[in-house]
Amino acid sequence: MSGVRANVAAREALVARARARMAGLAGELGALAGRLGRPMAFMEVCGTHTVNACRSGVHSLIPESVSLVSGPGCPVCVTAQRYIDALVGLGRRPGLIITTYGDMLRVAGAGGSLELARSEGADVRVVTSTREALEVARRNPDRDVVFAAVGFETTAPATASAVLTADREGVENFSVLAAHKLVVPAMTTLLENPDVRIDGFLCPGHVSVVIGSEVYRPVVERYGKPCVVAGFEAVQIMEGIVHLARQAVAGEARLENLYPEAVTPGGNPVAARLIDEVFVPGAAAWRALGEMPASGLDLRKRYQHLDAFHRFGIQLGDDQEPPGCRCAEVITGRCNPLDCMLFGRVCTPIYPVGPCMVSSEGSCQAYFRYRRHEGRRRAPSGAGSVT
Amino acid sequence: MSADRLRMAGPSSLRTEYAPPNRRHRRIVLAHGGGGQLTDELVDEIVRPRLGNALLDELDDSAVFDVEPGRMAFTTDSYVVQPLEFPGGDIGRLAVCGTVNDMAVCGAEPLHLSVGLILEEGLELDVLRRVIDSMATAVAEAGVTVVTGDTKVVARGQADGMYVNTAGLGRVRPDARLALARVRQGDRVIVSRPIGDHGLAVMLQREEAFGIESRLASDVAPLNGLVGALLDACGEDVVFLRDATRGGLAGVLSDLSERTRLHLAVDETRIPLRRETSYAAEMLGLDPLDVANEGTLVAVVRPAVLDAALDALRAHPLGEHAADVGAFGSDEDGLCEIVTEVGGRRVIQKPYGEELPRIC
Repeated sequence: MSGVRANVAAREALVARARARMAGLAGELGALAGRLGRPMAFMEVCGTHTVNACRSGVHSLIPESVSLVSGPGCPVCVTAQRYIDALVGLGRRPGLIITTYGDMLRVAGAGGSLELARSEGADVRVVTSTREALEVARRNPDRDVVFAAVGFETTAPATASAVLTADREGVENFSVLAAHKLVVPAMTTLLENPDVRIDGFLCPGHVSVVIGSEVYRPVVERYGKPCVVAGFEAVQIMEGIVHLARQAVAGEARLENLYPEAVTPGGNPVAARLIDEVFVPGAAAWRALGEMPASGLDLRKRYQHLDAFHRFGIQLGDDQEPPGCRCAEVITGRCNPLDCMLFGRVCTPIYPVGPCMVSSEGSCQAYFRYRRHEGRRRAPSGAGSVT
Repeated sequence: MSADRLRMAGPSSLRTEYAPPNRRHRRIVLAHGGGGQLTDELVDEIVRPRLGNALLDELDDSAVFDVEPGRMAFTTDSYVVQPLEFPGGDIGRLAVCGTVNDMAVCGAEPLHLSVGLILEEGLELDVLRRVIDSMATAVAEAGVTVVTGDTKVVARGQADGMYVNTAGLGRVRPDARLALARVRQGDRVIVSRPIGDHGLAVMLQREEAFGIESRLASDVAPLNGLVGALLDACGEDVVFLRDATRGGLAGVLSDLSERTRLHLAVDETRIPLRRETSYAAEMLGLDPLDVANEGTLVAVVRPAVLDAALDALRAHPLGEHAADVGAFGSDEDGLCEIVTEVGGRRVIQKPYGEELPRIC
């Protein structure tokens, strides 16, 4: 029992320290906001930042004039509908097995979702790694096994590694339907849009581990926007916001790395080499942002035999956004999830309309889980406010 | 029929006919559920030696017994957990404890259980023996008796090893006045032990592919003793009880605020949580608050008896880490708000049911 009490005391001390640090940062942020004299908006580009900020209640600690805007950092949310349609169509082919990360299961395209296809007999298996997907292929040598390869530079190395293994071992029934995306082109495209007004980026921790912090240099130098790489703990997120606010108040635009224990200037060379060996940058269709040059990763020609687009002769169709869905604006920071008419009424995690409600990293789902009540407390002025 | 098959199969399998009778089958065959000699054998050799008692041993179509006058609690639940055996328990222990706990949190002293087994052809009899053994242990811990039962076998592929249904009958304590309608402003919320262990232990066991080494064990346990101790100490000042199973603590807390229409303020740092559990949840992208438990009691008590309630719970082996996690406030907004480790605030919502493996 005394051991338990000692633990409790130690934990209480840690909590007290974290709360004091947080209160200090919140105080500084308040002072900075007062000095600037106008509202500030910072975009967190990473879904994990969005979720952790909501989960730890960071929003409740920052002054009203500072807003955190969610960006295009959730891999599921930025996946174009035409890709979902192709994937679900593929899943409906008899005998074929789709392997996918769990988040993709519920995203609906024009022809329904993978979950729906599965209930109608499609063989869809949720995996937590590409290694598992490959294992499914090895165990079912007489069936085609397709891996739905989505995500940013964080998941691309794992896909690359699976492609290399399948190629080396001759796992001929395995292929990938790749829709990997690159983070920086999304950020610069946003900045080209005059409707998007942000004062700086809270740059993603995980992606930066792979690609390094230097890739944000052009955002700072060409677009004059502060970039701060931050970790995922609530205090780290808050520090990131305070550093961004300091720059905004000083009228500076610098690249800061507050997460040096994990993020180096050059990134992870092994992961970068893997990506480079298997993929080549190419045009990609993003939900909300449209088609952007050099913003995605295409399989190199020499791995074409493992490319599901090639193997099954898939042509991507068109995108049709669900009526009323404002995910496109949410992803680009032009709309708060609470301002969407569908949010919490017809669009919920159980019956999602748009992708931002599907993914556990999506802004709408994070708001639904942790901040839905704020809609009730908001003034009923805005046309879209939830009452 | 089986003799014919043996003759046709040739001399090597003929030899098995001379093995001792209990070695004849190492796995469940369809005939085990046919109501004939093999069913009898299964009941006589596996079930009755472990769960038998005067009422069960009658083997009548119904268990017939006297009841005292008073209020009864009656409940049923089906168990489909996969894998069948996991750290800290198995489907048998789960099937006993789950149903016992559903009675206990209604203020009932559990008396009798029924056990329905649905077995898949091919299930190893050794697995069945272990599951029934562990059922027997849980039955003894809970002080209940299994008074009636049923066994069915389905063809290979039509079930996942085995499913268990249990129903339970219990006598409601006259001093128990548990009702959501009695919850009012100022009442305190107690959680009896660290949360999240069951769901995570099962998931980690199942998804070997995660490759996460863990010492986590399910908390599955009968809570009637713990509830009894609490009611003995605090009687009517215990206003509501719930075991935080599917939906986890978040499910119970959000339900409490929603249905009482009161504001429930919870301090995240006071919620008992093991460090291993917290790490495992983080790796799987889960919130420990949402993860299922099978031996975790949530109690709402009047503020005047808070210390007495905590003392009573902590004196029991299953409540050693009981903690006061929050209180009902004056706002009538029906929200459960949590103060996070860093002092931020957010609401707790009922989890909506994730893409999760079968954990109970």
